Amino acid sequence: MMKRFLQYVALMGYLIFLGFPLVWMLSTSLKPPPELVKLHPTLVPDAPTLMNYVQAFSEQQLDRAAFNSLKVALGSAVLTVIVALPASYALARFKTRVGTAALGWVLLSQLFPFVLLIIPIFLVLREVGLANTHAGLVLIYVVWALPFALWMLQGFVRNIPRELEEAAAVDGATRLQVLWRVVFPLLAPGVVATALFAFISAWNEFFFALVLIKNPDLATLPVTLARFVGIEGTARLGPLAAGSLLATIPSLLFFAFMQRRLSSGSLAGAVKG
Amino acid sequence: MRRSDRTGVYLLLLPSLIPILALSVFPLLRGMYLGFTDARAGRNVEVNFTGFANYQELLKDELFWGSFRIGLLWAFGVTVLQFLLALGLALLLNQPLRFRGLARVLALVPWAMPPVVVGILWRLVYHPDAGLLNEALHRVGAEGLRSNWLGDFATALPAVIIVGVWAGMPQTTVVLLAGLQGVPKELHEAAATDGASAWQRFRNVTLPGIAPVIVAITSLDFIWNFNSFGLVYVLTQGGPGGKTMLPMLFAYEEAFRYGNYGYAAALGNVMVLIIVALLAIYLRRRLREAK
Repeated sequence: MMKRFLQYVALMGYLIFLGFPLVWMLSTSLKPPPELVKLHPTLVPDAPTLMNYVQAFSEQQLDRAAFNSLKVALGSAVLTVIVALPASYALARFKTRVGTAALGWVLLSQLFPFVLLIIPIFLVLREVGLANTHAGLVLIYVVWALPFALWMLQGFVRNIPRELEEAAAVDGATRLQVLWRVVFPLLAPGVVATALFAFISAWNEFFFALVLIKNPDLATLPVTLARFVGIEGTARLGPLAAGSLLATIPSLLFFAFMQRRLSSGSLAGAVKG
Repeated sequence: MRRSDRTGVYLLLLPSLIPILALSVFPLLRGMYLGFTDARAGRNVEVNFTGFANYQELLKDELFWGSFRIGLLWAFGVTVLQFLLALGLALLLNQPLRFRGLARVLALVPWAMPPVVVGILWRLVYHPDAGLLNEALHRVGAEGLRSNWLGDFATALPAVIIVGVWAGMPQTTVVLLAGLQGVPKELHEAAATDGASAWQRFRNVTLPGIAPVIVAITSLDFIWNFNSFGLVYVLTQGGPGGKTMLPMLFAYEEAFRYGNYGYAAALGNVMVLIIVALLAIYLRRRLREAK
């Protein structure tokens, strides 16, 4: 079968293009300094070591940056869910012009480059004393994640049959009881997915963190990693690769968790750096 | 809807609406306005409305023209290559091939990576001494092709475009694959019984079937690519000699290195105009073809 053969050749090409850079980073992260400066580096390290991972934490203050990122990402995730939950219920159950406008804004806001946003945001945050703080960054990330979070959560609400709520109401439950006892428990998977999405977009974000956080002690992981780029000698590539791989682990877990949804394309607009 | 219901709905929407208005709609409008002022960094600096002065200056600014040329080359280059490669991969993944699962997983990994990490990853690949690419060239005996990929004037832009393709291809592939799986199998079978060749079926069944998906994802890809920042910032910081100075990097430097807020905002406005104009042309042509 000539056709099948060619298809496998093409697939092979894709696997190499997509996979080799990843393998290379993994390999670099496992190489001791002498191997990094070798004239002809090898794909498989001669003497693999975990030294770079230890060093990434001890010398590059990546532990502090990781802690900062964790704090900001957790804050964004929790706050996004709290803010988005009531609105997504309203959007799913009632048709309002405000709701339509809000969803329209989601699409429209994609058009605008961040420069237009960042300068006024920077000025506003400075006026209220939140520039250069994690709280300010969390606020921005919540607003940034909110449009997609709303869109995602209201989809989950729609999937809960209205009849369930009506039945509970007939049985004498109040509005709040209906929400608390019927809707929220069923919404749990949606809440988890939304929180994870907000967590990851905050964890990966670079531009706002670069501009808004000036104090190096408060810098998040992407900004700290980027700072080591360029000043690295060849021997420092190992810890840099190790730190970068560690920084990817949360998103990898997220994608593994969401894999089935992602491959069905329903969340395809979800994560964009 | 009863009146009390309506109030309730607005109360539910409020916690979301306030932050969106305060930190998205309002800053955006103010940002657009700043593009018509001489705003500068620093506290208590007077801001004057200057009309189109920023734009007149932009027209004379050679760096601006250079950066927009590079930005368009980058955005078109990445979007087109992304689309072609993603379509190929999606078609392959839609076939019952072995290693398909592996390819699916690998295709998701770049998507999961923070842009900064993608940048670092490719700096390792392109590294002049310790890089994968130069070493691979050495192994296959093409020693003469070794290069300082990101540092050389001629290769820097193509090199970052490849990274852009690598980083954005997965998402496009996933969307196109979802589109392909939505094309009814019966149509293919019917066309096959009518004696249509594989290419004819692709041309007349597959492509029209996924046309809306193609239009949507290429439009979004173009917007995202034109506005992208982190990846190239980490790879080259716009260098060497401004050869990879995308509009966003240029605006960032104007705003936060030189403190020219008004000028940077004007640049942002021009970027929006260009995107809207190009999208309008593209979408109109596609709509006409669809009719």
